[in-house]
Amino acid sequence: MLVPVKWLKEYVDIDIDSKELADKLTMSGSHVDSIESVNKGVEKVVVGKILNIEKHPNADKLVITTIDVGEEKLQIVTGATNVKVGDYVPVALIGAKLPNGLKIRKSKLRGIESYGMLCSAEELGIDEGLVPKELKDGIYILSEQYPLGLDIKEALGLYGEVLEIEVTPNRPDCLSIIGMSRETAATLGKKLKYPEIKINREVDDITDYINGIEVHDKDLCKRYYARVVKDVKLGSSPVWIQRRLMEAGIRPINNIVDITNYVMLELGQPIHAFDLDKINGRKVIVRRAKEGEKIVTLDGVERELKDSMLVIADEDKPIAIAGVMGGENSEVSEETTTILIESANFNGKSVRLTSKGVGLRTEASARFEKDLDPDMVGKACDRVCQLIEEIGAGIVVKGSIDIYEDKAQEREITLRPEKVNNLLGIEIKVDDMLKILNSLELKARFEDEKIYVTIPTFRRDIELEADLIEEIGRIYGFDKIQSKPLIGTLTKGDKSRIRKIEDITKDILKGLGLNEITTYSFISPKAYDKINLPEYSIKRNCVRIMNPLGEDYSVMRTTLIPNMIEVLTRNYNYGVDRAWAYEIGNIFIPKKLPVEELPYEVRTLCIGMYGLIDFFDIKGIVDTMLKKLGITGCEYIREENYATFHPGRTANIIKGNNVLGVIGEIHPEVLENYGIKERLYIAELDFEIIAFLTNLEKKYKPLPKYPAINRDIALVVDKDIMVREIEKIIWENGSDIVENVKLFDVYMGKQIPEGKKSVAYSITYRSYEKTLTDEEVTEVHDRIVKALEVQLGASLR
Amino acid sequence: MKERLNAIKESALNEIKKVTDLEKLEELRVKFLGKKGEITQVLRGMKDLSKEERPIIGKIANEVREVIEDEIEKLKLDLKEKMQKERLVAERIDISMPGKEKIIGHRHPLISVMEELENVFMNMGFSVVQGPEIETVYNNFDALNSPENHPSRDLSDTFYITDDILLRTHTSPVQIRVMKQVKPPLRIVSAGRTFRFDDVDDTHSPMFHQFEGLVIDKNITMANLKDTIYKFVREIFGEDMKVRFRPHYFPFTEPSAEVDVSCFKCKGKGCPACNGTGWSMEILGCGMVHPKVLKNCGIDPEVYSGFAFGLGVDRIAMVKYGINNIRLLFENDMRFLEQF
Repeated sequence: MLVPVKWLKEYVDIDIDSKELADKLTMSGSHVDSIESVNKGVEKVVVGKILNIEKHPNADKLVITTIDVGEEKLQIVTGATNVKVGDYVPVALIGAKLPNGLKIRKSKLRGIESYGMLCSAEELGIDEGLVPKELKDGIYILSEQYPLGLDIKEALGLYGEVLEIEVTPNRPDCLSIIGMSRETAATLGKKLKYPEIKINREVDDITDYINGIEVHDKDLCKRYYARVVKDVKLGSSPVWIQRRLMEAGIRPINNIVDITNYVMLELGQPIHAFDLDKINGRKVIVRRAKEGEKIVTLDGVERELKDSMLVIADEDKPIAIAGVMGGENSEVSEETTTILIESANFNGKSVRLTSKGVGLRTEASARFEKDLDPDMVGKACDRVCQLIEEIGAGIVVKGSIDIYEDKAQEREITLRPEKVNNLLGIEIKVDDMLKILNSLELKARFEDEKIYVTIPTFRRDIELEADLIEEIGRIYGFDKIQSKPLIGTLTKGDKSRIRKIEDITKDILKGLGLNEITTYSFISPKAYDKINLPEYSIKRNCVRIMNPLGEDYSVMRTTLIPNMIEVLTRNYNYGVDRAWAYEIGNIFIPKKLPVEELPYEVRTLCIGMYGLIDFFDIKGIVDTMLKKLGITGCEYIREENYATFHPGRTANIIKGNNVLGVIGEIHPEVLENYGIKERLYIAELDFEIIAFLTNLEKKYKPLPKYPAINRDIALVVDKDIMVREIEKIIWENGSDIVENVKLFDVYMGKQIPEGKKSVAYSITYRSYEKTLTDEEVTEVHDRIVKALEVQLGASLR
Repeated sequence: MKERLNAIKESALNEIKKVTDLEKLEELRVKFLGKKGEITQVLRGMKDLSKEERPIIGKIANEVREVIEDEIEKLKLDLKEKMQKERLVAERIDISMPGKEKIIGHRHPLISVMEELENVFMNMGFSVVQGPEIETVYNNFDALNSPENHPSRDLSDTFYITDDILLRTHTSPVQIRVMKQVKPPLRIVSAGRTFRFDDVDDTHSPMFHQFEGLVIDKNITMANLKDTIYKFVREIFGEDMKVRFRPHYFPFTEPSAEVDVSCFKCKGKGCPACNGTGWSMEILGCGMVHPKVLKNCGIDPEVYSGFAFGLGVDRIAMVKYGINNIRLLFENDMRFLEQF
């Protein structure tokens, strides 16, 4: 909301500068985003009158004018085409400065001397979009006969500041100068002066002009108020109205439209004027549109309506989309003699949906959609009539039609003074509370230790005691509340077990060289194809977003793998030679499809790597992580049917009945789908199972007192025998003196028969009770070898 | 015998002089002083000597032995020292060569800021709780007193799964969950992912992160809220930060305030980044929990009061690390992540 300070000053006595005013308003709840100066740097520009215009002897596109600027007459050469003798125009004198940085000097244009420049509105620093259309492409012709030589800043009111104020959605009353004046008055502790609404002369009677107004849909139109003005003289409005509109960000159009806009800005009530002669049957009907009904709005666009939208219609057609924009068919024009002035209260939600539906948001709809005060309707309409009379643009017809059944009621709220102080943590006296409330026109009286507050209809946001406490608090000043530490029950800060384990896991993974990533919770459904999931895969059962930003963000992920591959691919494409990463995030598993209740959200860990590694690196990372979390005895079971992964290089990680997840190299086909020429290794683990299995309890185990004996063993076994089987046999036959079994070599090739491999282990033997003798170790070692030979057909190398 | 001993001594000292390494020296020691060494052999002939001669020769033999021993010992030390020196010289390296690369991982800046925020409040006695990313419309809007026709509920603002289920637009529904489950007193914070219908650009992302706090107890006042926010702002941004509470509107708090802090760039002097105001705007929103919200969660607003606050983590992380484009946070470029 743009608020010219000059305009505020009409209703409130402001004796501080605009900067201070802005600060104070900001701290009482009307956030001033910026302060704009109206005069953007105009100096030495005065009002002049064109006395004479002659052709330029040497140029077709230039003319030589003689301008009376009061004290002297100047010869000025101009290229303007919209000027004529007798026009009053802004004249930049020699030495003038303009907002665009231009400095005016005496000059010669094609041999003719020129002593100044005639200015356009834009050259005076007025936003192009706000200049009246007829003046857009030429000199700013002033619509009034000012004293010649008068500083243009004074003539046009190019002084003061405009505040840009952020009005919160609960305060539609502040979308008006009067509303902001009320806030200003309360903030500064001043009185608010309302404009006096008075019409001097009223003739005839409204019933002579209108055959009635019918409101069919009272749910969407709480009040409809209309008046008639006759003998309308359409023209441009006086400069003071134009300037106010421009400063508040609205382009002047003609006197009638300008006055409706002026009153909308002043009082916050949007108003529309119809050409009464164009209303068929002179009857206004407020009704829902017929489905598919069409109307050309004032902006020249044909719009198709839905039966949920409210329109203003005559006997056979809509003449306006209620609260949004008028129709071209009833527009006020040069021929207009009689107008109907509509001031109404429309349902906010309906206006909002209609405005969205037709794709048109206007100053009017932006106000209506916040639900306005129905009590303002009549005053605003009368104010329009008053201003039309004041500028002589028409004669007001007596009477009004006012359809207003369900009248807005003032409510009374009880406020306990001690509650105010208890909630804010301050000590304000009752008298001061009353003063603050009354300054906001919340009529408050103190009785029996309580404050009774009557809430005016324009403050629909105030419903409860707490709302009044806020009003007192913000005007008193939040900054005056002394901060006090929390007291009362001492609580210990804590975190859930899974979050603690997550923290530890992240530390471990960081130590292992992995970078933490974070990716969107939604993915493209195509990702499931890209990672080769079969049609029947349960992972394709996902939660879909009704209104996604696009297909790429349309389903909630059921696996972190696609995002991980994307991140790795992106890094690869950026030329990053090593990307080791992990993400801990949620996957979303619907309980039922279509979704009827909240899905399961399962915390999941995904590790993804490329660069300087193979399968056993990522396995080592997972192993180390699990070990540090106290999860031991996990088994890696070969997985050949997970289509995302390489069938020969993938395993499920199992502990007992728990499947922790999967680990492996990504299938070459999937790599191809992503266009990456590097092997990727990924593990996806159910973090909730990890957290469940995590055991962080530590217990000291005595260090060995007796020496260990190492024996190496090299075996030749069938190629397909997994080392896990060999190790199992070693442990089983170790008679409790095997302390460690370490694989140090696997070899296939020369000297080893086809279909066989050589596997070498270093076995550590140790007893915790005594020093082992060679014989004791040999006995056990031989037994192990024997068992390997018998059970696996292994032979010693 | 005396002559033999002297001859041994002469020849030993001569030979010792020529020795340049420890091994040779050891050989000489064995040769002259060993069990089968020359002196021992001479002494073996002692039994043929007269009683009178024996102590004299014995004495000489011992003297010879000591002289040789001393000489060997002395040389041994010299040689050791020399060799040590040579070794150290030989082992000299170019210490300007780079250290061997050790790989350590990096935390995502956004998530580490989130944890930092959590830790600040944990130290203030707040518990960290979590809520789901997919929420009910009830928890996300209705229970938080959001007006029924509020634009934030539109399909153009919020991602919906069904008419009753959505992607949470803020972390505030966690408040509802906690208040419904746990009886006051309550001090909690919650951080996490939130979603709004925003196209991706330099400052917007359809997924972003919020951090939320809630305190419910008897006699909680706005003065307590201010104190908590002050402490937090100073902890995160530094002691010299100024803080101001600007009245604002949120449906779920009453009174409500937005918190501005000294401009991050100019520290309050006024610069183009803060529009000359000296303030970084809207760092945090807060207020006293709306009585309707308390009631919705079965807490009697006549007995209990409380405050809540929320802030955008992405913006804090961006300010803290000078990151100018929110996309970087979700792109996960290793070269970006490895800067933190």
